Amino acid sequence: MNKPLRRISIFCGLLVLALLIRTNWLQYVQAEDLSTRKENRRVQIAQYATQRGNIIVAGGQAITGSAATDGSDYKYKRVYTDGALWAPVTGYASQAFGSTQLESLEDKILTGNDDRLFFDRTIGMFTGEKKAGGNVVTTLMPDVQKAAYEKLDTKTGAVAAIDPRTGAILALVSTPSYDPSSFAGNSKTDEKAWVELKDSPEKKLVNRALRETYPPGSTFKVVTAAAALEHGVVTDIDAPTDTPEPFLLPTTQTPMVNHAKGCEKATLNFALQVSCNSVFANVADKVTKDKMLETAQKFGFNNDKIDTPVRAFASVYDKNMDRPGNSLSAIGQFNTAATPLQMAMVAAAVANDGKLMKPYMVDQLTAPNLDVIEKHEPQEMSRPLSPANAQKLQKMMENVVENPNGTGGSAKIKNVTVGGKTGTAQHGEKNAKRPYAWFISYAKTDKGSPVAVAVVIEDSNADREDITGGGLAAPVAKAVMEAVLKNQNKG
Amino acid sequence: MSVVTNTTTIGAIELPSRRNTELLLLAFAVVIPIFAYANVGLSIHGKLPPGMVAYGGGLAVLAGIAHLVVRRYAKYADPLLLPIGTLLNGLGCVLIWRLDQSERLQNLAKRSFGHFSESAPRQMMYTALAIALFAAVLVLLKDHRTLQRFTYISMAASLVLLILPVIPGLGADVFGAKIWISVGGFSIQPGEFAKIVIAIFFAGYLMVKRDALALASRRFMGLYLPRGRDLGPILMIWAMSLLVLVFENDLGTSLLFFGMFVIMLYVATERTSWIVIGLVMSVAGAAVVGATASHVKARVTAWLDPFACYTKSGACEQVGQSIMSFGSGGVLGTGWGQGNSDLIGFAANSDFIFSTVGEELGLAGVMAFLLLYGLIIERGVRTALAARDPFGKLFAIGLSGAFALQIFVVAGGVMGLIPLTGMTMPFLASGGSSVLANWALIGILIRISDTARRPAPAPAPSPDSEMTQVVRPS
Repeated sequence: MNKPLRRISIFCGLLVLALLIRTNWLQYVQAEDLSTRKENRRVQIAQYATQRGNIIVAGGQAITGSAATDGSDYKYKRVYTDGALWAPVTGYASQAFGSTQLESLEDKILTGNDDRLFFDRTIGMFTGEKKAGGNVVTTLMPDVQKAAYEKLDTKTGAVAAIDPRTGAILALVSTPSYDPSSFAGNSKTDEKAWVELKDSPEKKLVNRALRETYPPGSTFKVVTAAAALEHGVVTDIDAPTDTPEPFLLPTTQTPMVNHAKGCEKATLNFALQVSCNSVFANVADKVTKDKMLETAQKFGFNNDKIDTPVRAFASVYDKNMDRPGNSLSAIGQFNTAATPLQMAMVAAAVANDGKLMKPYMVDQLTAPNLDVIEKHEPQEMSRPLSPANAQKLQKMMENVVENPNGTGGSAKIKNVTVGGKTGTAQHGEKNAKRPYAWFISYAKTDKGSPVAVAVVIEDSNADREDITGGGLAAPVAKAVMEAVLKNQNKG
Repeated sequence: MSVVTNTTTIGAIELPSRRNTELLLLAFAVVIPIFAYANVGLSIHGKLPPGMVAYGGGLAVLAGIAHLVVRRYAKYADPLLLPIGTLLNGLGCVLIWRLDQSERLQNLAKRSFGHFSESAPRQMMYTALAIALFAAVLVLLKDHRTLQRFTYISMAASLVLLILPVIPGLGADVFGAKIWISVGGFSIQPGEFAKIVIAIFFAGYLMVKRDALALASRRFMGLYLPRGRDLGPILMIWAMSLLVLVFENDLGTSLLFFGMFVIMLYVATERTSWIVIGLVMSVAGAAVVGATASHVKARVTAWLDPFACYTKSGACEQVGQSIMSFGSGGVLGTGWGQGNSDLIGFAANSDFIFSTVGEELGLAGVMAFLLLYGLIIERGVRTALAARDPFGKLFAIGLSGAFALQIFVVAGGVMGLIPLTGMTMPFLASGGSSVLANWALIGILIRISDTARRPAPAPAPSPDSEMTQVVRPS
């Protein structure tokens, strides 16, 4: 009986061998695939197993935290201080619904899994310390953010404020907002909160400051003016232009409607002050579409890679349009669309003497022990204007605010030079929808310009006629600028 | 059959008893689980677990008793079987204790049953009982050949054991498989014991009939087909294993019985045709059952691609979780107590306990475990080779073959190599019947190996075997 016994022993050996091969296949060859599968909850469990690092605002205050949870796979959940205020900055990190924005982009630092934290982890292994997440230090200023948020109040809108000298984003507000804490866990109440937010008619989850584009309306005239100066169409801002009244859109019989008076042969300076449509439509036609496009793109239009590091939607200046289209676009209508951040960049470039700095909101990444592992250096993005032309444009924008007949009077701040531009963008078929009120501005001190801001307000319970950038949006911009100036004087 | 064979375990001269080797190995087999236990406590609670001394001492005492019994009653037994059994059993207790600490499983139990009770203390108690049973086997069973007398009683007993769970009022349907009976608050899986009892029947029956089966057959298409009257019991076993499967939803046990029978038949008759017939019959049986039983179909689907039906089917989720458990463990594992194998859910400490090994001990740990099992099988086969009586040979190969099949079916199932069958990993899985039965199995193998390696062979004359044995030139 020994011969079959030997064969059986070989058979048994083969059974064990098959298992050995299988385990090698699973645990060596396929290990990576399996351990990162989307079905594998370990990925999320690990993500929430330790206290996440914090997102910190200028001044060192953390706007996030971690709270231990009971009876869940995920040990810690994210909590937010003033969640609704900061949601456009932080995004959310929910156990059940994933994460967005800074929470998602800097996840590796926040969870402590980043390779640059390897040394910390290794040390921790020996000292027995628990793995901790690193921190993300942002450039946002709490006072400024609060000023903008409180001033927007119940209105739907957004504010983006930049330091023109560095590109640091000082405020990023979107209203109505949401509290990311409300669905950070994975319980039934979290789910309810999430579903309500997701389906909310006000689109609360949308980050309007970065990820929503609006027709910029008259605020775009600043770009048109810049193009006119840069391409030599206008050299003297106080010289009359050859704009007839009414001005017919090139190649058509459609007159360009002016709400302002005195636009016939108006100077560029005056045209900006009272917001003449015809003058800018005329000038843009002379600049030609390609050169308009060139300047707009230098300001950041049509760029879908503006990463702050949260990527902003691309603002649009249409590349393929006819002459009347170009003229309409030059006053911020037609296909032109911009994010609040984009318009803040326009104001910032003008305020910074024509140098556009790359906007950013993450200043530092730090290890759990606060050692800096990465620091952002301000970068120049482009130069849409020469310094001389920038100063001309500054003069024009300041005139909008300072001149008693200017549209931006409500942004005036005592003892500070303020430049601005209002905008009221009509949209919808036959302009049936509520218009958008815009205001872009900058403040200037003897040390340069510390802030450029863009405000957009979508709706209001006020009368249609009152919805103009000057009336609604400018006070918000003013509050933001004042907060920055106050902060600067303090420091 | 000559006394001197070319196997190294047996020779005409007296062999060393190897009892001291066994004792040394046992020391390792006790120390390693204690370290593992400390490791789990440190990683989960940050301190040494309670009852380190009780657990360590308990395991040492049990191992010591087992060793003394072997030393006294089976002096020449194989020295590896007892230490490996002790090591696996000890590590099994640690794994179960580790899963007891899982909040996830505790909450799951509370949600489903309203309360949670720890499995580890029960497992320790069963281990103690099992060692007692092991000792009893060695003390009471002086010679394994006495079991030959119970050939037909065994058949009846095994049938009874298999049918018990189907009897209304006695059987309990646990998670879809009717393989349990509950008696006075304890659940027993009679199938585990039936495995051993039926091996006695097969060995006894085949020893008597092997020549009839091997020689008195007609040649048909190159195969030797046996006579109907010899074939009868075989068909009966086949039918029985199918019935077990159908009525008890127990794919594993039926496969195990049938596989064991084919192996023993092949060894007894030395006819390859049996393998072919066995395969044909099992394929036919599997096809019939696979096409009719939805339970089996679901498992096959889960095996083919667990992630395709992951969110829809519980079977897929279990296998998927298990495979991810193995994958997440990687080469070195996450370490004791630091994995998430408890995501598998209810069966984490029974059917799927091997996934915890996979995740927390990694590829290295799994291979070590598989090699330990491989060693048990190898020692069992070696015992069969060394045994000097056909009954012992058949019995030993039957037991070790069944053991090998069980390892393959369980580990292969949780690793997604073959469809899942729902059997338990010997010594590791939580469950009294499994521990008891496997220690009895080790006891019997030790008994047979003792007889085989005993220097002065004095085979007890067996009236049964003499009547039917044909003397053949070897």
